[in-house]
Amino acid sequence: MKGVLARRRIVDVASKILMGLATAVGVFFLFWILWTTLRFGIAGMHWDLFTKDTPPPGTDGFGLRNAFVGSLSLLMVSVLIGVPIGLMGGTWLAEYGFHSRTANAVRFINDIMLSAPSIEIGLFAYAILVAPMGHFSAIAGSVALAVLMIPIIVRTTDEMLGLVGGDMREAAIALGAPNWIVITKVTWKAARAGILTGVLIGLARITGETAPLLFTALNNQFFSTNLFRPIANIPVVIFQFALSPYANWQQMAWAAAFITVLFVLVLSLVARWFLGKVQVPK
Amino acid sequence: MSDLDIAVRIETQPMSEEPRSAGRSRYLSADFLFHKAAVFAAIVVAGALFATVIAITYDSWTSIQTFGVWRFLASSEWNPVTQTFGAFPFIVGTLVSSAISMILAVPISFGIAVFIAEVAPTWIKRPIAGAIELLAAIPSIVYGLWGLLVFAPAFAMVEPWINDHIGSIPGIGVLFQGPPMGIGMLTAGIVLAIMVLPYTSSIMRDVFLIVPSSLRESAYAMGATTWEVAWNVVLPYTRSAVIGGVFLGLGRALGETMAVTFVIGNSNTLSPSLLMPSATIPSVLANEFTEATTKLYLSSLIYLGLILIAVTLVVRFLAVLLIRRLGRREGAVA
Repeated sequence: MKGVLARRRIVDVASKILMGLATAVGVFFLFWILWTTLRFGIAGMHWDLFTKDTPPPGTDGFGLRNAFVGSLSLLMVSVLIGVPIGLMGGTWLAEYGFHSRTANAVRFINDIMLSAPSIEIGLFAYAILVAPMGHFSAIAGSVALAVLMIPIIVRTTDEMLGLVGGDMREAAIALGAPNWIVITKVTWKAARAGILTGVLIGLARITGETAPLLFTALNNQFFSTNLFRPIANIPVVIFQFALSPYANWQQMAWAAAFITVLFVLVLSLVARWFLGKVQVPK
Repeated sequence: MSDLDIAVRIETQPMSEEPRSAGRSRYLSADFLFHKAAVFAAIVVAGALFATVIAITYDSWTSIQTFGVWRFLASSEWNPVTQTFGAFPFIVGTLVSSAISMILAVPISFGIAVFIAEVAPTWIKRPIAGAIELLAAIPSIVYGLWGLLVFAPAFAMVEPWINDHIGSIPGIGVLFQGPPMGIGMLTAGIVLAIMVLPYTSSIMRDVFLIVPSSLRESAYAMGATTWEVAWNVVLPYTRSAVIGGVFLGLGRALGETMAVTFVIGNSNTLSPSLLMPSATIPSVLANEFTEATTKLYLSSLIYLGLILIAVTLVVRFLAVLLIRRLGRREGAVA
């Protein structure tokens, strides 16, 4: 009897130590990655990054202006495409579909799309936009990013609208407001912190996406804002510069990675802050 | 959404659909348009999945016709010069790198999830959970950059030790023999494991937390230790969702592109050793897509993408299904 107890105690303590170790491993890698990005990124910080364009291969010089502008344009267009579709899709699920069979099927498909590998979405955008147009273009990149963003917005919108209490809707309906007024002026407003969280999380997800851009927006050594041509962007620049033999290119890759990580972390923190403001009704 | 809400909606709807006064009909058309816009968006959301499969099948048609299915899957010849393409090395590379990552990530994720849900004192739970979730926020390109320029050189210093100690074991030793380059299949598997960790562990943690406390407390009241509660009560109760979480991580690992492309070494030849360079379907797509000059070459690359989609779709389908099964029983999905 004593032996059994001792064995159980030992197993318990050993398992707790192993679990603590597992957690330490995860946290260790997080800090390792963040620390190197910070160290090399800060070393690569230079004013020229924001004022000059990417230098040609083998030359000295620093600059990512075209890539920053390109990435911001890509993100902006993706938001313009993705947010309305995501918002309306989520609204349909929560306000029109409820828990009908169709709505649940859409939710299921949306959950599958939520974990779609980004490379597949890149191939999709290539097939529907780049191949017919005959050349790589920024707009194809934005569509790919929007497709990656939409499931996140759909899901959060659906969930957040579901949290809005029935009494507010009933009050609006009782005043004679038609459905769309109830939705836009009452439920959206009540759920706006949550919906915004979804948009921010979606934006954070697509900010560093590289794989879909390789098949769509590609890259451009020069400054361009033409949406129907290839456009320079931070992720693809990191990819190309990191694999290059030039020291200044590698340093720029770290600087770009640092700014990307910083941007994504700030977005995630703001999203979490907004999520804290979501009121969960009892 | 309670039944009452629906009842109220249904009762009020006919009234607003009656076109009587001019002021009302203006709202009615807006109401109609708004509804149709929502329906349209929902169709786009659901249609995207099917559109992806159809569009990619269409673009790989040239290659499907040339090589068929079995010949493409089983051939290891990938030669743009002779225009012969076979997917076998990349399929193996994708499966092996994902398998390594799951072998490493699943136990660690389980450990982290139990640690956060059962073991850790309350004040430390939130910061640790937040830190693990931050791992998921880091873009994969940054994992790749870190893997190539920081982790691979560090790992190259460990590899001679692996050669000497694990490589000398008869049987499995052949898997761990090779030049200490730092990049290769094993490195890719490790980097993938780190990337998969936050996804699997957060699903596990979320479902562990919805286990009814009465179950847990009765086990503790019977004198069970923390480990016994986790292994014999919490895990059986949440089994389907835990497996779903593992599949979710597997789906990530199979389709991950940038991090793998940086560290796997990109070699199209198969090698028994895990320390040797290899390639996966996403990595070969990322590397060769812009270089594909002929229609057949490009189509074969997209065909590889189609295989990847077929595999990940099944994995993701199972993941969502298994995670939802627990959610339905509990009435609240994590």
